[in-house]
Amino acid sequence: MTKATTAISVSGLVKTFGRTRALDGLDLHVETGEVHGFLGPNGSGKSTTIRVLLGLLRADSGTTRLLDGDPWRDAVELHRRVAYVPGDVTLWRNLSGGEVIDLYGRLRGGLDTRRRGELLERFELDPTKKGRTYSKGNRQKVALVAAFASDVELLILDEPTSGLDPLMEGVFRDCVAEERDRGRTVLLSSHILSEVEALCDRVSIIRRGVTVESGSLTDLRHLTRTSVSAELADEPDGLSGLPGVHDLSVRGRRVRLQVDTDKLDGVLRRLAETGVRSLTSTPPTLEELFLRHYQDEPGKPGGLGNGAAADGEEVVAS
Amino acid sequence: MTAVAQPAAAARRDGSRRDLAGTGTLLRLALRRDRVLIPVWVLLLTVLAVQNAAAVEQFYPTAAERAELVASMNANTSMRAVYGPAFSSSLGGLAVWEMLTIGSVLIAIMSMIIVVRHTREEEETGRQELISAAMVGRRAPLTSALLAAAIANSAVAALVALGLTGVGLPAGGSLVTGLALGGTGLVFAAVAALAAQLTESARLAKGLTGAVLGAAFVLRAAGDSGTTDGSSPLAWASPLAWARNARPFADERPWVLLLSLGLAAAVTAAAYELAGRRDIGASFLATRPGPAAGRINGPYGLAWRLQRGSLLGWGTGLVLAGLVFGAMAEGAGDLLGDNEQSREIIERMGGASGITDAFLAAMAGLFGMITAVYAVGAVLRMRGEETSERAEPILAGAVPRLRWAAGHLLFAFAGSAVLLAACGLAMGAGYGLAAGEPGAVWRVTGAVLAQAPAVWALAAVAVLLLGAVPGAAAAAWGLVGGALVIGWLGPALDLPRAVMNLTPFTHLPKLPGGDPAAAPYLWILLAAAVLTAAGLAAFRRRDIG
Repeated sequence: MTKATTAISVSGLVKTFGRTRALDGLDLHVETGEVHGFLGPNGSGKSTTIRVLLGLLRADSGTTRLLDGDPWRDAVELHRRVAYVPGDVTLWRNLSGGEVIDLYGRLRGGLDTRRRGELLERFELDPTKKGRTYSKGNRQKVALVAAFASDVELLILDEPTSGLDPLMEGVFRDCVAEERDRGRTVLLSSHILSEVEALCDRVSIIRRGVTVESGSLTDLRHLTRTSVSAELADEPDGLSGLPGVHDLSVRGRRVRLQVDTDKLDGVLRRLAETGVRSLTSTPPTLEELFLRHYQDEPGKPGGLGNGAAADGEEVVAS
Repeated sequence: MTAVAQPAAAARRDGSRRDLAGTGTLLRLALRRDRVLIPVWVLLLTVLAVQNAAAVEQFYPTAAERAELVASMNANTSMRAVYGPAFSSSLGGLAVWEMLTIGSVLIAIMSMIIVVRHTREEEETGRQELISAAMVGRRAPLTSALLAAAIANSAVAALVALGLTGVGLPAGGSLVTGLALGGTGLVFAAVAALAAQLTESARLAKGLTGAVLGAAFVLRAAGDSGTTDGSSPLAWASPLAWARNARPFADERPWVLLLSLGLAAAVTAAAYELAGRRDIGASFLATRPGPAAGRINGPYGLAWRLQRGSLLGWGTGLVLAGLVFGAMAEGAGDLLGDNEQSREIIERMGGASGITDAFLAAMAGLFGMITAVYAVGAVLRMRGEETSERAEPILAGAVPRLRWAAGHLLFAFAGSAVLLAACGLAMGAGYGLAAGEPGAVWRVTGAVLAQAPAVWALAAVAVLLLGAVPGAAAAAWGLVGGALVIGWLGPALDLPRAVMNLTPFTHLPKLPGGDPAAAPYLWILLAAAVLTAAGLAAFRRRDIG
């Protein structure tokens, strides 16, 4: 089997349900061997994209490639190499967790029984309980154990940790890291930003069925704003005219402002000219980064990547 | 002492009031959710009753014709087993005679659906938890469900009474008919309420209620076949016979309806007692732990695990019913004499070669139609798996959609053939033993099994709906219900050929006794195959969910 360098390649994907346009030209590229974060507000089309990738929904237009195959036409062959964990696992009330894990394993490329046992222990899951009696978190564990113990190349995880306790969340992170070390690819849709920050090599952010940003976290940080507050030797002047400066407030010699991170140079130079007594500069938190992208801005779907950031009208919660 | 006792009594009163907190709101929620379901059922039952009365007037216009019909019907064991005895040859008496049994069964099913839907189903899906976490008393969900069922039953009672009066029947008889139907509905609403306390799944609660309904039907049939005036203790033991024994349009005995009310009240009280004692979502039938490792090795194994319980339940019911009806067939011809009309009716149901064969053939057709209900349910199980999102992870595995579907369709098609064979064997054995004619077993088994193509045709329509218009897949229930109603009332009413032709069962040769020509089977099989193939082709192309 030749390994392609791109595990998932989606471009211009459109999917409509009646009059609703769930996906409106979405792009998504996941390299083989990376952990890719898939982010977006509720209802932005993440699960729809994943269902198209799994061949459960049929795309209206656009090209979609999964492990070098067509997710609709080659669904069955591809699914041998893919494990999926939905955000809301529903089990059969009269089947035990162990039975379901083994069933899912057999429906994929097979199950590593040694790893299955080890995972059951790490996730502290009792496989003899019946589906009806599991809590939300334990239902997620059933699907997670099945996915991590499956012999597959690609894991598609759709908000997989909803309901897990912090301890189990830690086990989950270890497992994803192990998967990456074993050369597997992971597409991780999640709202838990610390999880994304800890695990993902690259992220794609979508909103209203369109990809608004894609890249490494460092890249994305670079595209956002840094908060600067300074006490100067004298009253500043000309700061508001500088490119990339937002939310400027001057009170005597005290200055607070936000600046697009790639325009930080100019601001610091101007401050230094006035003379700096004290200075704090805070890099953007991940929260701020995502909030900027998630925020609803009709008519400006482009986000930071294509210049919307320069407008400086957005109010950022901080 | 009294000073202590009084606050205790007051606390108890307070407690029961708290138990019912929120009932009004929940009732409005139930009626809002059922704003289509209840009116459709009420309308169907009313139309069935009124339309049937109008048809009787059209087909048996003179008193002499009706008197002859009733005399011959009552003289015939097997006719009484199917329709029950007729107590009057008046227009109303005849209309009620034909309609009461099937009307009672249908109103029982309606009540069961409404009650289970708002009790156990809510708990099973976890919706009840959110509701009960609010200011909702422990017994409020059950109360609101029973009230919703009571409202539906009252609506049927009122509309049937008005409708029958409207087509010119005496008001007293019309009222008793309406109340009799409503009373039967209340009994089964209570049975469903009790079943919903005992089981953990809505499916099982409906299964239990269905089993009670089936037992009541067999009891009534056995009792009515034995006596001509409905006085058999067996019949009196069946809530399905009480409506008839209230004798609408024949010196009405409305006090009989108190039996329905009494039983409904007693069973409801039992359900209430249980509802106050148990945990939300839990049941009194405990669930045991399962194996730590599974042997289910794919979609077929999964379908087997999911559907075997229902196959077993239906099988048990059909075998018991087959035995009873088979034994009743013996002697079907003896009492007939030269009663032209009952012979005609049974022959329209079961063909024209000897009354015993005709009765057996009529029963074979009836069991075929009942098996079709199972088959449609087995097909629609797929829709349930799909909407509950349990199908999704399976289809995200290396499972072709058609193989997943095949697991369930195996039950719909092969499973229904197994049911027919088992039921046929039982009916043959029952008849063979009672008639001292053991050789008849195979003939009877073959006759029941020969219903399979018609069963499959209805299942195939369900597959087509599932594939092409999944949102409307539940309409398949309407089709199989329609086939049952036509198959039941058609022969007695001598419905026009065009109407009878709507159900595939009409097109099959009447066996045993008839001419087993191959052509009708082949045509129906072809239609079933084409519909199934078209449904599966559409299913392969459409979105899941």
